[in-house]
Amino acid sequence: MTHQFTALTPEQKQELSSIAQRVVATGKGILAADESTGTMGKRLEKIHVENTEENRRYFRQLLFTADSTISQCIGGVIFFHETLYQKTDAGVPFPNLVKDKGIVVGIKVDKGTAVLTGTDAETTTQGLDGLGERCAQYKKDGADFAKWRCVLKISDSCPSSLAIAENANVLARYASICQQNGLVPIVEPEILPDGDHSLLRCQYVTEKVLAAVYKALNDHHVYLEGTLLKPNMVTAGQACPKKPSPAEIAMATVTALRRTVPAAVPGICFLSGGQSEEDASLNLNAINQCPLPKPWKLTFSYGRALQASTLSAWAGKPGNLQAAQAAFTERAKV
Amino acid sequence: MPHQYPSLTSEQKKELSDIAHKIVAPGKGILAADESTGSMEKRMAQINTENTAENRRLYRQILFCADDRVKPCIGGVIFFDETLYQKTDAGEVFSKYIRGRGMAVGIKVDKGVVPLAGTDGEIPLWCLDGLSERCAQYKKDGADFAKWRCVLKITANTPSNLAIIENANVLARYASICQMNGIVPIVEPEILPDGDHDLKRSQYVTEKVLAAVYKALSDHHVYLEGTLLKPNMVTAGQACTHKYSPQEIAMATVTALRRTVPPAVPGVTFLSGGQSEEDASINLNAINQCPLPKPWALTFSYGRALQASALKTWAGKKENAKAAQEEYIKRALNNSQAALGKYVSSGDKGSAASESLFIAGHAY
Repeated sequence: MTHQFTALTPEQKQELSSIAQRVVATGKGILAADESTGTMGKRLEKIHVENTEENRRYFRQLLFTADSTISQCIGGVIFFHETLYQKTDAGVPFPNLVKDKGIVVGIKVDKGTAVLTGTDAETTTQGLDGLGERCAQYKKDGADFAKWRCVLKISDSCPSSLAIAENANVLARYASICQQNGLVPIVEPEILPDGDHSLLRCQYVTEKVLAAVYKALNDHHVYLEGTLLKPNMVTAGQACPKKPSPAEIAMATVTALRRTVPAAVPGICFLSGGQSEEDASLNLNAINQCPLPKPWKLTFSYGRALQASTLSAWAGKPGNLQAAQAAFTERAKV
Repeated sequence: MPHQYPSLTSEQKKELSDIAHKIVAPGKGILAADESTGSMEKRMAQINTENTAENRRLYRQILFCADDRVKPCIGGVIFFDETLYQKTDAGEVFSKYIRGRGMAVGIKVDKGVVPLAGTDGEIPLWCLDGLSERCAQYKKDGADFAKWRCVLKITANTPSNLAIIENANVLARYASICQMNGIVPIVEPEILPDGDHDLKRSQYVTEKVLAAVYKALSDHHVYLEGTLLKPNMVTAGQACTHKYSPQEIAMATVTALRRTVPPAVPGVTFLSGGQSEEDASINLNAINQCPLPKPWALTFSYGRALQASALKTWAGKKENAKAAQEEYIKRALNNSQAALGKYVSSGDKGSAASESLFIAGHAY
């Protein structure tokens, strides 16, 4: 391991690094609109709308055609495969629409989780087969960054060493393949908020997981300046009786990141993980106000936390379009 | 691994963090005066002076009693065991004297060797036996930080995976033991400058080594805010034909650190590794002027690069003591400026300022 073999040319590095920085430019974050068909089914069911391709197209169009002020708040949008190839009513492909607003196009590339045998229902994430070819194609079709979600959980025996090592490794392989194909990898090691564990426990686990992730990225020769991190905030479990304040969440989160995330990483885009829209914004704000030095951008990559109100405002009715878009714009600005 | 078992109390953490921050306060760095008796043998031989305990005491006294001009420059002094218990002419124990001047007292704690069998001559490791008891004793005797030097080298087949992992692990064990005893561990994974490798190779190896070190520190539950890092700057090998500028060295060094050293680490105190006094200051200055964001203090922990001129001037003669002190004070001031990115090289060489201090295969 003493010799370096060229992985990326200086031009490739420059491209990756500037894409990453554009996505997390000051004041901007990511709209995660990459819900799979199945997940969209659950969302649409809540507002009593049928889960058809057209309805999915219409809803995403609603988000993407909201007024141009969102370009100041949204640096990137993560697409689901189907959506990348859909068009507006006027026939404009969605990636073009988004790019014309100066927003970077991203694509979810994982193929869901798979159980790790012999563990307490822990998982790894699939999708490495043919990933290189798929990335190359997505790059041609307008994508400049990718997203891959790994999932860990906290319980008495979890996350196990195996789960941590396996997920860190698969994230590093994914990141390496993306970079070879000109896509900035967003690295997402989500630790679920399910459970009654305390804030301190979550912080401890987050630190262990992130340390493993960055060791793996280093082992796999990933160019950190051309990546982004999408972690959970450090919070207590959803069933924990003691609710920490935004300031406590912020301090725990920033401390964990300072101990594990190298300064070379340009930005950290938190997932909302089931927090309410308002909590997600309050917590992100507290994080940015935390007095500890923070050498990376700290922003959002929100799905539900940006879309929930928008979804209910729309409720499947074209007439609610304006109201829904206004709700979305408002959340994005916050 | 999902549960945390308390290792340090909040008070212990605060104490460690405060000590670390004090040592690397703006403009301050470390005087490494921890040369073993064997190393001092070589130094004394260079100035035709006998290597007696008294001469070693006299020499260290010259450095420790330099006037108050050094106070804003020196945050800590690393001692060798013998020196910790020696006294000034006036009878005050050195450790107490240094503490009284507002500088933290550090102690070299590596001891004994165990070679790495089956490797291409990779450098022996130091033993951990009895370290906790020794740390506890040193803490009582006034020490607040410790130093442990691991060594790796660059050749066609080294550093090997084994060497990297073993050294990272022993550094982490050492760090953990220190913290339990109220001592801030300086973690020193030195990659020797010996060889003809280029800057890129040095950067690559440094990144791999530091990534392993910080993974090991995480695995061993070391409290990063209460540690310091003492790495080599990223430079080409001593025998490399291409000469790199201070700016290139700075960019390579800062890039490597940004990719591996978590922001929670309060300070990075570079070793001089055989660079001349002047080069060590110029390079440190360039590092502090590097335009990339640098979330830790970047300062010095110099032995030879602070002492070479002073030693040469002293030449073992009492009457040269004041002049020797002046040389040391000058280097301390220069490096303090360099740690702030404000050093302007006057070209003034001092008696040994631009002499290379490289010793092949340097071992303590």
